[in-house]
Amino acid sequence: MTIAAALLSGLVFGLGLIISGMANPAKVQNFLDIAGNWDPSLAFVMGGAIAVTLPGYKLLRQRSGPLFGERFAWPGKTELDGRLISGAAIFGIGWGLGGFCPGPALTALPVAATGTLFFVPAMLAGIVLAKIVARR
Amino acid sequence: MRKTTVTLVTCKRIHAHYTALILINPMDQSMTTEFTPLMSLAGGMLIGLAAVLLMATNGRIAGISGILSRLLPPGVDSTGWMQGAAIVLGLLAAAPLYNLLGAGPIEQTITTGYWPLAAAGLLVGFGAAFGNGCTSGHGVCGISRLSMRSIVATVTFMITAAATVFVLRHVIGA
Repeated sequence: MTIAAALLSGLVFGLGLIISGMANPAKVQNFLDIAGNWDPSLAFVMGGAIAVTLPGYKLLRQRSGPLFGERFAWPGKTELDGRLISGAAIFGIGWGLGGFCPGPALTALPVAATGTLFFVPAMLAGIVLAKIVARR
Repeated sequence: MRKTTVTLVTCKRIHAHYTALILINPMDQSMTTEFTPLMSLAGGMLIGLAAVLLMATNGRIAGISGILSRLLPPGVDSTGWMQGAAIVLGLLAAAPLYNLLGAGPIEQTITTGYWPLAAAGLLVGFGAAFGNGCTSGHGVCGISRLSMRSIVATVTFMITAAATVFVLRHVIGA
């Protein structure tokens, strides 16, 4: 059941990304381009997502555990460290440069726009590299 | 009832517009996109639904970079591997399903060249894994938990991303 639920969740997530227009890098970059052809759509995507997730999580917090899994894996870290800030800063540079973040890049991959064939393998390599660096 | 009908008509019109707008133009840096508040809000709510669903059923945060990170070495998460792979499979299946249902084609305008895109991928992957989250993990799930870490991370990557686009389009591309 956990596998089926995970598959469904990924599918709904992907459909959300497509319908919202976030699988299109130009739309993301235009959100970031306040001085140019500004397209505020991404703010509505985040707003819509948070409007559902925030109350949804709040309700779930009152429950003892998930339906199929063992426990809720709520992240526990609270400290604002250099790793968080530098990681987020580097992520932002890449996001601005390509207009893709991990979710939309995966969703756009089967559309087979040639760019994603460059972006996604490099992204996976970047993740492995960060894990190696973080382990040292 | 009436409101729902209006929304559907709007969605259809936007889709018709999308069909006419399938461009992959690596030269045009000033590409304009249509502001789509209704579709973006609806799509965002679906993303939220997926995040709540994953937590309610499996107890997991719907952070895509975190999910990918646990699938990859070093230190592969062997117990949750199938679950993570299923989420990725769902993400990959979304676009083919969308097209199969006749809702496509999906608009994509990529203005960045191939090698800059490879560099962007490396930065996105490294940064997200190093900073423990991306737009979904920090931007949606983290903010929804009112996590100060995620709020700081989201503000940080929004600033560096906007600065990058500013330099690309208005300093170099001007």
